[in-house]
Amino acid sequence: MAGLRAFLVVASLSLLAVASPGKAQTPVTENIQIGLSTDHVSITAGFSGADLTIFGSLENADPLVARQGRYDIIVVLEGPARPVVVRRKDRVLGIWINLESETFENVPVSYSVATTRPLQDVTDPNSYKQLSLGAANIYMQPADDGDSPATIQEFTAALRERKTATGLYSENVGGVQFLSQNLFRATVRLAPNVPVGTHKARAFLFKSGLFIKESSAQLEIRKSGFEQSIFRVAHDYSFLYGVFAVSLAMLTGWLGRLVFRKD
Amino acid sequence: MGIYLPIAELSVNIFVLLAMGAAVGFLSGMFGVGGGFLITPLLIFYNIPPAIAVATGANQVIASSFSGALSHVKRGTLDFKLGGVLLAGGIVGSTGGIFVFGFLRRLGQLDLFISLLYVVLLGTVGGLMLVESVNALRATRSGAAPVLKKSGQHNWIHRLPLKMRFRASKLFVSVIPVLGLGAGIGFLSSIMGVGGGFIMVPALIYLLKVPTNVVIGTSLFQIIFTSAYTTLVHATTNQTVDVMLAFLLMAGGVAGAQYGAKAGQRLRGEQLRALLALLVLAVAIRLAIDLFVTPPNLYSLSGVDPT
Repeated sequence: MAGLRAFLVVASLSLLAVASPGKAQTPVTENIQIGLSTDHVSITAGFSGADLTIFGSLENADPLVARQGRYDIIVVLEGPARPVVVRRKDRVLGIWINLESETFENVPVSYSVATTRPLQDVTDPNSYKQLSLGAANIYMQPADDGDSPATIQEFTAALRERKTATGLYSENVGGVQFLSQNLFRATVRLAPNVPVGTHKARAFLFKSGLFIKESSAQLEIRKSGFEQSIFRVAHDYSFLYGVFAVSLAMLTGWLGRLVFRKD
Repeated sequence: MGIYLPIAELSVNIFVLLAMGAAVGFLSGMFGVGGGFLITPLLIFYNIPPAIAVATGANQVIASSFSGALSHVKRGTLDFKLGGVLLAGGIVGSTGGIFVFGFLRRLGQLDLFISLLYVVLLGTVGGLMLVESVNALRATRSGAAPVLKKSGQHNWIHRLPLKMRFRASKLFVSVIPVLGLGAGIGFLSSIMGVGGGFIMVPALIYLLKVPTNVVIGTSLFQIIFTSAYTTLVHATTNQTVDVMLAFLLMAGGVAGAQYGAKAGQRLRGEQLRALLALLVLAVAIRLAIDLFVTPPNLYSLSGVDPT
């Protein structure tokens, strides 16, 4: 069941011919493209996580730079943003109780990164911050600005830690591979609990540590199957769903008595 | 074999759930209890979110109490009037419970409150039952005749106003304690996902002096409707009823109950009660330990409810 494999294929293959490296007489800037063969992916109920492969192309690549391996690509698949509450347990009379909490607006539910090399080798921390690239650099806006910076920092760190621990924020070093000088393949992880909704795939191109270009595409992740229908009914027709649950229980109780009659 | 629970949104082993249902069904058949107070903690131990464990537990309780109540209707050991008054109280209590449930959930204190309530209630009931049954066991061993509580003995409850006659129970009692008892059980039903039989039965016998033969049927009657109401309201306000989970538990439970009832016939009353008391205490202790042990993650994340 684990094997969801959605191949998102290059939309811009035809451009490759135009951008063949030999023709580049004047220095042209490199360009990066990712294309998705489909705008949505359906995952079934038994989904237990999978790798999502995104293909992309690098245009006007300088063959010399490419040969020296000085092109780096970072691909991010970012889930929809939602508000989230982070709570901290503290000991009160020996019992662990949720005491402090911090609400953040617009936190991406998932954030999967694939890179050619370890993040710290691609470019410097400042560039990451400017691009707000990488799980450590996403800006998380606290709902209440009045809290002390130390508290906010503590809860932001906890939020990232929990997201990483549950696999929603992940980093796949070496997940981007050049298949040829112009073609690359990125493998990002989809966690088993990947959220449904619109995900944004973004590819960042770096040349010798300098940010060159960005390209993005959208992808809709949907759940499908019987279990998802139940979920939808439970939310959209919750009263009828409740009536059904009660009737099912009574029916089971009655049938149970018929089958295993004691008196 | 894994199965995905649509509301709990996680994959579980189908056989673990069937076995859990069967084991609790076996015990409930053996001891004559609904089993909600065992199902909900077991689901929590199995990493089902407490909010879903509670709502689904209430749903599961309907099946076992419906099945049990049917046989009592046939035997005529069900006081519909008494059950109806208990139920009226139950609806009020359950509504209050659902409100508190949603409020605590928004505060982030629901899980703690459920655990605390379980520890206190199961600890108390289990402890009292253990003392009572051990005393009874000792008395039978020393050969002394068990001291029977004199029925017809009146206490303060029987001096309250607004009296009502319940013919099937041969009872003339104020409606205030009956409504109050119903409300209390309804409240617990919606917050703990229990039917409440383990409190209702002793309360009816010792507080209201209802004859023992109609107690179980009447209690089951009230529990069906309170749990059904609780399930409905949880489904509409919190969307926390997982039918898939409930059905697996019911299927296992209905089958297990039959074997439990047979096994129960071979044990004596005091022994049964002592065993049940130990079981109840074990669940309470297990839940209590979780409250005190340092959790592996001090931080937790949750979405923000649109309310």
